[in-house]
Amino acid sequence: MTSARVFLIGGVMSFRALFNWLSPWIYVPTMLVSPVFQILLFAYIGRAARVQSDKFYVIGNALQYTAIPCVFAMSHTIAGERFQQTLGYILVTPARRIPLFVGRSLPVVVNGALTSAFALALGGAILGIHVPVSALAPLALTIVLCAASCTGLGLLSAAIGFLVRETATLNNIVFGVLLIFCGVNVSLDDLPGWMSTLAQGLPLTHGIEAARKLADGASLSYVAGLIGAEALVGLLYGLAGYALLRALELQSRVHATLERA
Amino acid sequence: MKSARLLVIGWFFQLKMLSRSSFNGILGILYPLFFATVAFLMYRAGSPNALLYASLGASVMGVWSAVSTSAGSAMQRERWQGTLELLVSAPAHFSLVMLPVTVAMSTIGLYSMAATLLWGWLLFGIDLHVAHPLLFCVSIVVTVVSIGVTGFLMAVAFVRYRTAWALGNLFEYPVWLVAGFLVPISLFPGWVRPISWLLAPTWGMNAIRESALGGTPLPDVGLCAAIGVGCLVLGIAVTGTVLRSARARATLALT
Repeated sequence: MTSARVFLIGGVMSFRALFNWLSPWIYVPTMLVSPVFQILLFAYIGRAARVQSDKFYVIGNALQYTAIPCVFAMSHTIAGERFQQTLGYILVTPARRIPLFVGRSLPVVVNGALTSAFALALGGAILGIHVPVSALAPLALTIVLCAASCTGLGLLSAAIGFLVRETATLNNIVFGVLLIFCGVNVSLDDLPGWMSTLAQGLPLTHGIEAARKLADGASLSYVAGLIGAEALVGLLYGLAGYALLRALELQSRVHATLERA
Repeated sequence: MKSARLLVIGWFFQLKMLSRSSFNGILGILYPLFFATVAFLMYRAGSPNALLYASLGASVMGVWSAVSTSAGSAMQRERWQGTLELLVSAPAHFSLVMLPVTVAMSTIGLYSMAATLLWGWLLFGIDLHVAHPLLFCVSIVVTVVSIGVTGFLMAVAFVRYRTAWALGNLFEYPVWLVAGFLVPISLFPGWVRPISWLLAPTWGMNAIRESALGGTPLPDVGLCAAIGVGCLVLGIAVTGTVLRSARARATLALT
């Protein structure tokens, strides 16, 4: 019961407390307007370069933008606590670590999915792309999965936050890597072989491919493999992030380096 | 003479400080490179002949990126650090203090510009033969200063917005888009073009392209400089208004 409270209530409270981008003065420009301009930027580059359709860029960039709320918010769970000098208090509590850290990821996933869905809807409306009504529910599922897998990556980034001071720089680099490698604006076939191979192990790659197929009319069962792969990649990143968090937490106790960075 | 000294020394110190910040330094180079790489891959897949066009455009993106987010909150940063009152009460005009800050930010963008051109050459084989080297350098200097002055206007105009960095960040993509860095302005709807014409980066970009590719960059250089001067005059006027208001209401230190 206590773990459930830590998971749900603690997760929501820490998200509201630490993720100060929830202020409308930050949320609107950063989460609602910027992704639409990212979509427009690449859609117009695509028109100038004559490579893909507008739909390709709307879906790719709307889903890729989940990286901003998910990776940044998760890394704030460590960096934000440390900045407020409350990380030590959190880590000396007897609360179990899985509900403590995973609970913080739940609001992050919801926020990431909403951001992505809004960008997809508005970007699609501006550029006039058509998505079959039957594809909306599977697309929503794919968006949530992409947000969850990015949150898994964010957990890893949060763990690295034990070691580095500039988590904002790190998160922006993660965002850029996802932008280049995951087939967001350049199809995997047009990427060099080593890049498309590496992309198979990154969050978003399979989710974006599945979303594009769904928007073109494919059924959920047709893209089940891609959706399963996205879920698996996200789960692996989440597990790796959790393991690293625990390892670095223990190390920081042994070496008294919790507040070092 | 004292004003010129203040501008130059202020610019130099700000440049040194920014060079040691991983967010403004390392990320300032890397972040535009991510977008440049994607643009190069897109143009290589669809229109390989336009790669040089994209390379020049992507290089100036970094200058704008260095300014948009950071300059938006430049004045607020002084406020958070508790130095705003000291700077305002100094005998020098406050504009002479803020202007070097934002011009130093755009100067940092030169690292990104060089890195992007080098990146394009090394990884994508984009050769840059500059037709008018002297005019190319003049175009770059005028563009960098004009973008820095635009940042100065943003810094003083956004001061009442508590999270000005978010507002500055908001302008990153739109200016990349409408200033014609990677997309010809002719592709946009007609109502977008007048917005482009009002932006100094649009003319700076044109000047850099014209000087590199063998056109006539001087009219574009002139327009870029003129808009920069306009932003400067407007920025000084806004600074005066903001400071008068802050003094009258005793809100200078409020965050």
